[in-house]
Amino acid sequence: MKPAPFEYVRPESLAEACALLAADEDARVIAGGQTLVPMLAMRLARPARLIDILRLPELAGIRQEKDAIVVGATTRQAQAERDPVIRASVPMLARVLPWVGHPPTRNRGTIGGSIANADPSAEIPLVAVTLGAEIMLATVDGPASMPADDFFIGPMLTTINPGECVSAIRFPVWPHRRVGTGFFEISARRSDFAFVAAAAQVALDDAGSCIEIALGVGGAGDRPVRLDVSSLAGGKLDSASVTEAINTAAAELDAMSDLHASAAYRRRVAVALCIRAVEEARGNAAAKPAKGA
Amino acid sequence: MTADPATFRFVSTNRRVREDRRFVAGRGYYVADVALEGMLHVAILPSQHPAARIVSIDASAALAMPGVHYVLTGDELAAATDPLMNGLDTPKVQRHPLAVGQTRYAGEWVVAVVADSRALAEDATEKVRVVYEPLPFVINAEQALLPDSPPVHPAHGSNVLLDRTFVWGEVEKHFAESPRQLAFRVTWGRNSTVPIETFGVAASWDPWRDMLDVWASIQMPKYPDQIARALRIPANCVRVHQDVDVGGSYGVKRGIKQTVLVAHLARRLGRPVRLIEDRLENMRGGDAHGPERIFDVEVAFNNDGIVKSMKIRALDNAGAYAGRAPFQLGKPIGAIVGPYKIESVQYRAQSVTTNKAVQEAVRGFGQSPTNYAIETAIDKVAAATGLERIEVRRRNFIRKEEFPYLIPSGSSYDSGDYHTVVDKVFAHIDFAAMEQERDRLRASGMLAGIGIAACLEPSGGNSSFEPLLNEKNTTTTWMDSCRINIDGLGFVTVTIHNTSSGQGHETLVSTVIGEVLQIDPDLIRVVRPDSLACLPSNSPVGSRMAIMLGGAAFHAAQKLKTKLTRIAAHQFGLAEDKVVYASGGVGDPKSNRQLSWIDIVNIGHRNFHLLPEGMEPGLESTHVMQVPTGDRLPENGRVQMYPCHSFEFHVVLMAIDPVLGKPEIKRYVIGHDCGTVINPHIVKGMTLGGVAHGLGAALLEEFVYDDEGHLITQSFMDYLLPSSREMPKVEIVHHCTPSPHTVFGQKGSGESGYLGAPAAISAAVNDCVASLGISFNKLPIRISAIGDAIADAQQGKPQQQAK
Amino acid sequence: MKVNLRINGVNRTTELEPRKTLLDALRENFLLNGTHAGCEHGVCGACTVLIDGEPVRSCLMFAVQADGYEITTIEGLAPAPGELGVLQDAFCETHGLQCGYCTPGMILAAHALLQTTLTPTRDDIVEAISGNICRCTGYGQIIEAVEFAAARLRVANTPRPQHDGLNRELPKHAAPTEGLLEAEKGDQPVAEAK
Repeated sequence: MKPAPFEYVRPESLAEACALLAADEDARVIAGGQTLVPMLAMRLARPARLIDILRLPELAGIRQEKDAIVVGATTRQAQAERDPVIRASVPMLARVLPWVGHPPTRNRGTIGGSIANADPSAEIPLVAVTLGAEIMLATVDGPASMPADDFFIGPMLTTINPGECVSAIRFPVWPHRRVGTGFFEISARRSDFAFVAAAAQVALDDAGSCIEIALGVGGAGDRPVRLDVSSLAGGKLDSASVTEAINTAAAELDAMSDLHASAAYRRRVAVALCIRAVEEARGNAAAKPAKGA
Repeated sequence: MTADPATFRFVSTNRRVREDRRFVAGRGYYVADVALEGMLHVAILPSQHPAARIVSIDASAALAMPGVHYVLTGDELAAATDPLMNGLDTPKVQRHPLAVGQTRYAGEWVVAVVADSRALAEDATEKVRVVYEPLPFVINAEQALLPDSPPVHPAHGSNVLLDRTFVWGEVEKHFAESPRQLAFRVTWGRNSTVPIETFGVAASWDPWRDMLDVWASIQMPKYPDQIARALRIPANCVRVHQDVDVGGSYGVKRGIKQTVLVAHLARRLGRPVRLIEDRLENMRGGDAHGPERIFDVEVAFNNDGIVKSMKIRALDNAGAYAGRAPFQLGKPIGAIVGPYKIESVQYRAQSVTTNKAVQEAVRGFGQSPTNYAIETAIDKVAAATGLERIEVRRRNFIRKEEFPYLIPSGSSYDSGDYHTVVDKVFAHIDFAAMEQERDRLRASGMLAGIGIAACLEPSGGNSSFEPLLNEKNTTTTWMDSCRINIDGLGFVTVTIHNTSSGQGHETLVSTVIGEVLQIDPDLIRVVRPDSLACLPSNSPVGSRMAIMLGGAAFHAAQKLKTKLTRIAAHQFGLAEDKVVYASGGVGDPKSNRQLSWIDIVNIGHRNFHLLPEGMEPGLESTHVMQVPTGDRLPENGRVQMYPCHSFEFHVVLMAIDPVLGKPEIKRYVIGHDCGTVINPHIVKGMTLGGVAHGLGAALLEEFVYDDEGHLITQSFMDYLLPSSREMPKVEIVHHCTPSPHTVFGQKGSGESGYLGAPAAISAAVNDCVASLGISFNKLPIRISAIGDAIADAQQGKPQQQAK
Repeated sequence: MKVNLRINGVNRTTELEPRKTLLDALRENFLLNGTHAGCEHGVCGACTVLIDGEPVRSCLMFAVQADGYEITTIEGLAPAPGELGVLQDAFCETHGLQCGYCTPGMILAAHALLQTTLTPTRDDIVEAISGNICRCTGYGQIIEAVEFAAARLRVANTPRPQHDGLNRELPKHAAPTEGLLEAEKGDQPVAEAK
C-alpha cells in the first residue's frame, strides 16, 4: 500500500503555505499525518503535492486570551493531553484526549489535524462543537474564522476552501468557579472510532443550581452536534429534568446505520450517554468548593 | 508413554525459549528481509466484481511506464502451470493463481505487475485496463445450495462441493426412544487468524542448475511438492529455504497461489521475484479466510440430561474455490461428540461454493466452530431439564477409567480426566464466590452471567479426514523426522525439517534430545536445512509437533544413546545391559571404569578399529516417525483420526451494561490438560494466544460482505483485532493426564484456548441475557446487536436475530 | 529528495522519493530490518519506532518528515552485539513473544513506558502497548515481561529519571544500603587444605 507519487514542500511561513495551497488545487496540507497517511496508502487521496505545516512556528503553541484558550493547530494531541493550561481551562478537551486513538497516534497527531479531518465520531471535533469553539483559519487573504457548528458540514467535510488551512482552535473558557465535565463514548474497542459519544460541561452556582450547560453528541450522524438543553439552566439538574430535556433535544437526532451499529442503537445510546455525561459533569462541578466553603 | 516424569531433568522445566533471543533484538529473518540481487517486485490488480467474465486486458499503458518489467495475465499463467490442487474429487473446480476467463469473487487476483519496486508496480496496476462483463453471483450458502443459484463453476454443475451424510450408530432408534428432543441453529461467522505478517514469497530460478529457490512465510505440508507439480518440474528442482521465520500463521499461510505466481515469473523473467502481500491484497484476495458455517443441530436426551444421540448438519461457505477448506468439515469428525458419551451421531457435511474469497486451514481446522455447536447443545439441554450446566456436563463426560474410549465415528480418545480438571478449576475459582459476584453485579443493575465450555483438542495430526471425504485419496502416512549428529569434537547439531511460526520447535527438540542424552539442551544446536536436504515432514499442523517432532527427536536420540552405550560396552568387554549411561558418559558399575562423552566421540569418529563389528563410523542418527494412530483407511465411514486428545474447560464471568450492550469479561479461567508439558512457557503462550483468537471470533472479527458481494471489512479499521485492552487476564489451571501414545506422555497444545473460547464467551453472553428471554446464535456477537436485543426485550418486542 | 536522519545515534543520509515512508526507508535504505510492516495503515503497531523517545508508527510518517529527530529502532536497544538490554532480556525470561513479528514495536512501546516510570501498574502497561497488536501471545506474557523488567530496573544500579512521567511518587532506591564489601552474616572463611 504505497501512496501515489507526490511532491513534498516544507514552507517557511504560514503565508507561504497558503500561497502554495491556493496555487495548486491538488495540494494538501500534512501535519501529523495520522489520518491523512492511511488515506494516501490506500490511494483514497492522491494529492500531487504535500505541504508540510507541522513545524511552522505560527501554528504552534497554546495561548491564553481573556476568555479563551487558543490552541495552535499543530499542537500534538499528546502535548495537549499533558498541558496544565488545558487541564485547568478547557477541561473537556483534557478529558477526551486519552480516548483519541492510541498513545503512538497521539504522539504525532495534532489538534488541528483532527479538526480538519472532521471524522463524525472524532472526539476533538465533538469538544469543539459542544463548547462552541471557533475554528481559526489561515487564508491567502489573511486570517479568518468559523464557528465550529458551521465548520463541520458532513462526514469528513468542512467548509475549508482551497488555499486555506486550520491555524488554531479557540476554545471558550467558562468564567464560573464550579465547572465540571463529563464524557462517555462506546466503541467496539477502546481505540476505535466511537459508535456514539457524549460530552457535557456544567457550571453550578454556590447553591448547586446550574448556571450554564453544554452538551454534544458525536458519532451518531454525519457530524458532531450540540444538543439544546439550555432549559436546564437555573435548575438543579435532577435526574427527571435532565432525562426529559435530553429526550426532547435528541428527538430529532440524526443517526446512521453501518456495520458496527444500527441507527436505533446510536439514537438510544446517545440519550443514555448524554444523561450519564451530564450527571458526571454535575458531580464534578459539585465537587468544586463553593465560595466560603 | 516411555519416559518416567518423575525423572525429568529438562522436560517440563521453565527453560527459556531460545528462539526469543533473536526476535527481541529485531534479528528475525522474515521473507521481507530476503534481498536477492536484481530482485523485482510484484503488485496485484484485483477484480472489483463478485463475478464477471474477463472480456479483455490491456496492459500496454502499464508496460510503457518506467521500471515496469512485465504484466502477467491468468491465461498465460494457466498455460504454463497446472491448476492448484483440490482436496476433494472436484476436477471441474479449477483454481489458478490469477483468474482465467472469469473472476469469481470481489478481490480475486486478475493481473500481476512486475516492476523495480513495489511502489512502481502499484502505480502500474492502476494503468492496466480490464474490461469485465458482470455475471450473476451468489454469496449466501443456503442460496448456493438451491439448484437455481448461479454456479460459481458452471462446469462443475452446481455449487455443491461436498454433501455427505454419515450415520454412526442407531441414530433414528435413539431419537425415537428418547423422551426429550430439541433443535437449534447456530452460525459461525467468517473470520480468520489474520497474522500480523502477511503472506510473502520470493523465488529465483537458476537455469544452470535447474533449480528453483523459494523463500516464503509458509506453514504448509508438502509445499515443495505442490510447487513442483504446478510448475511441471521435478520435485528435486525445488529448494525451499526453511530457515525463514514466519510471522505468525495459525494455519493460514498456505500461499500456494502466490508461490506459483512468483515462481513462474522468476522463471519467465530470469530474475528473482518477490511478492509481499499488502494488507488489502491479503484481506481481500489472499485466500486465507476461515470457516463460515451454519450448524443445524438436534439432540435426543432424557430428563436426567443424558444426551443419547445427536444430529448435526454443517453447511460451510467455502468461497469461490475448493482448496483444502472442505476438509475442515471432516476433521471435527474425530471429536464429533466432544468430551461426551453420546452414543450415536448423524453428521451431514455440506460445503458450497459462493462468490466470496477462498478459505484456508484455520487453527483447529473446523474444530472450534464445531465445539461452539456442541457446547450450545449441552447448554440447551441444561436449560430444558432445569439442571445446572456443569452438572449436565459431568453426567455426560467420558469417565477417566473409560479410556481409551471409542467414539461412534471411529476415533479412539487416548486418555483424559475431565472430572478432575473441572473440579480443579472450580476449586481455583471458588465457584460459589463467582456466583455471588455475578449476583452482586446483577443487583447493581448490570446484566451478568457465567459461561462455561468443555472441549477437546485432538492433536497429532494425521490426515485421515482426506480419504474419509475423498475415496480417491489413500493417504495414511503422516510422518515427521529428526536427525542428530555428534561431530568430531563432541558438539551436537540437530536438523529439523519444517518451518516454524513461533511454536518454539528449536527449543522443543533441544529439550527432548537433552533429556534423552542427559546433556545440557543449551549446547544442542538446531538448524533447518533447505527442503532438498531435509527428511520428510508434514509441517506444524493439526497440533502435531510436540507429538511428532518430539517423538522423532526422542527416537533419534535413543538410537544415538544406544550407539554410545554399545561403543562403550564394547570397550569394557561387557554386554550393553551391564553398563550404565549417565549424563553423556558410560560406566561399568562393577569396576568403576568410565568412558566420558569425548572418549566415546573420539572412538566413534577416529578409532574404527575399536568399534563393534558391523557398526557404522561416526555418531549420527535419524528417525522418521509415523503418527501413532490413524494408519488405516476408513471403513464404513469410520476412521481413527488424531492419536491424542487434550482437554480444556473454560469459565467466564461476564457483565453487560444493559444500555450500552458492551460485554465485559470480569474473570477468565481455563483448565488445561495437554498431558506432559515439554516447555511450560510455550504451552502457556499457546493457550493465552488461543483465547485471544477465540475472543476475536466471538465478539469482534468478521469478514463481512455486503449484498453486492463486496468485502466491507478490508482493512484493520473494520476487521477488529483484540488489543491488550480487550483481553482479560486469563488464569490457567493446569492438569496432566499423559497420553499412552507418546514418548513423554505429551499431547498437543497448538490450538488450545481457541477451541473453547468462542463457545465459552458466547455462553457467557447468553447467560447474561437469558433473564430477558433473548439469546444470540451467531458469532461474532456485536455490541449493537446486544444493545438492540436488550432494548427490544425490555419493550416486549420479539428479538430480531442478526443476519 | 535527499534526507538526513539521525538513527540510533548516528547521522545517516539517503536519497528517496517523498512518498517513501520512514518504515520503508529504515528497511530498504538503511537495511534496518527489525522494524516490520504489518498493515501500512497505522493500526497494528508492528512498525513502531521511537521519535525523540516517544512511540510513533513509522508507516504513518514519510522519511522526508523525519529529519531533526532522534529516531530509535529496535537495533538501537541492545547495549552491544550479542547482548540484550534489561527489557529485551525480560521478554526472553517470560516468553513474551512467539513469532517475533510484533515484538520490536512492542518492546519499543514498553521501553518508552519504562523511561517515564519504574512503577507501572498493570493498567499502565496495557495502555502503553494498546497500540501494538499481537496475534500470538494474548498479551499475558508480554505484560509479565514489562512488570519483570520494571522490577529489575528498580533495583538496578543505573541512572534513573528525575521525574516520574506519570506524576507519581518516585520509588525509593531498592538496592541494598549495606556496603557490598562486608561479609554476609554466616559467611565463614574457607578452611585451608592441609
